[in-house]
Amino acid sequence: MASLDDLKKRIASVKSTQKITKAMKMVAAAKLRRAQESAEKGRPYSEKMNNVILNLSNGISDKENTPKLLSGTGQEKTHLCVVMTSDRGLCGGFNSNIIKKAKSYFAKILDEGKELKIITVGSKGNDQLKRVYGDKIIENISFKESKNANYFDADKVGKMVIEKFEAGEFDVCTIFYNQFKNVITQIPQAQQIIPLNNEGEESNSEESYEFEPDEDEILSNLLPKNISTQIFKAMLENSASEQGSRMSAMDNATRNAGEMVDKLTIEYNRSRQAAITKELIEIISGAESL
Amino acid sequence: MSEEFKVEIVNPEKSFLVKDDVSEVVVPAFEGEMGILKDHISIISFLKPGIIKILSKSGDENYYVEDGIVEFKNNNLSILTSTIFNLADMDKSKQQDLLKQAEEEANKTDINDQSKYLADQKVEVLKTLN
Repeated sequence: MASLDDLKKRIASVKSTQKITKAMKMVAAAKLRRAQESAEKGRPYSEKMNNVILNLSNGISDKENTPKLLSGTGQEKTHLCVVMTSDRGLCGGFNSNIIKKAKSYFAKILDEGKELKIITVGSKGNDQLKRVYGDKIIENISFKESKNANYFDADKVGKMVIEKFEAGEFDVCTIFYNQFKNVITQIPQAQQIIPLNNEGEESNSEESYEFEPDEDEILSNLLPKNISTQIFKAMLENSASEQGSRMSAMDNATRNAGEMVDKLTIEYNRSRQAAITKELIEIISGAESL
Repeated sequence: MSEEFKVEIVNPEKSFLVKDDVSEVVVPAFEGEMGILKDHISIISFLKPGIIKILSKSGDENYYVEDGIVEFKNNNLSILTSTIFNLADMDKSKQQDLLKQAEEEANKTDINDQSKYLADQKVEVLKTLN
């Protein structure tokens, strides 16, 4: 059994860990509220954007000449995967869930004999992926400096993706992120953004639109923006998920630390009592032998 | 019947403005300014840098935008834009900053014609504001 002094030290250290996790939980809770708000506020934009594109692609006259961003390059040889993770740890299974999802997708692609390219957003994803897929990672972006997800950053990623697409570096682009459902549940998502996958979605309007200038030109202007918008949406969902995940992880940690303190305290008291009893027995038996 | 319709401006971060007593909106569409009144035909178009004018009973408002898409349907006007500023909130120094940025962009030599055109437009619009 550990000595009294050791136990005391351990109790103190667990208690101070508990303080840290508690504080982190509070901070995450506050940040979560903000992130959730901005995720909700960002929704109308991406929804409207989606709607407009849907209407446009339905109204397109010349099916042959649709922009490549919409219809694809006609082959599926090279896949680009944008894996979006956080820059900070201590957020439970948040990052490993995305990585797991991404890895199973990577394995599928490589099994099919296709080429794989990876862009990681956020340093944690890069750390976990570079061991196995280090040679596949072509770019690593991290937004450590910016406090909140903002459109400017998303646009940077979007422009880079489009640049690579136009240079013919890949055919299909998929982004990986965590969708925020609630504080305990985040669902890792794989969303294909190039070519745009609109199948199964019906346009809700029967009306025909007037286009100015024509559809093709609007589409080719709009699609790059849509890429950035989708990435931005993923970033917002991700940041809400990260805080949610961190909050529940830290909540668990705080509770576990509490349990541990209780257990250690009992052990401490017991061994203290044992020491006292032992001393008493020694004194009594010493007195008796006289 | 009233001659008013609803306008909604959204940027990526949030819903920027919602107004439902608007009588006319003038947007800087790509092929020239376009005034939209009630019962306009459904239209989709995109914007170049310029000023959005919103005329309503509660007063006129002017916004500076750099890009965007407009969609008008069933007397609902949606404007999606990534950069928008209310002219009333914009002071001289902010204007100068934007102008400087735009001028720098316009003077770059390695950009294509379209972005050159857009940057020139920006400079022009910002200059008229001063």
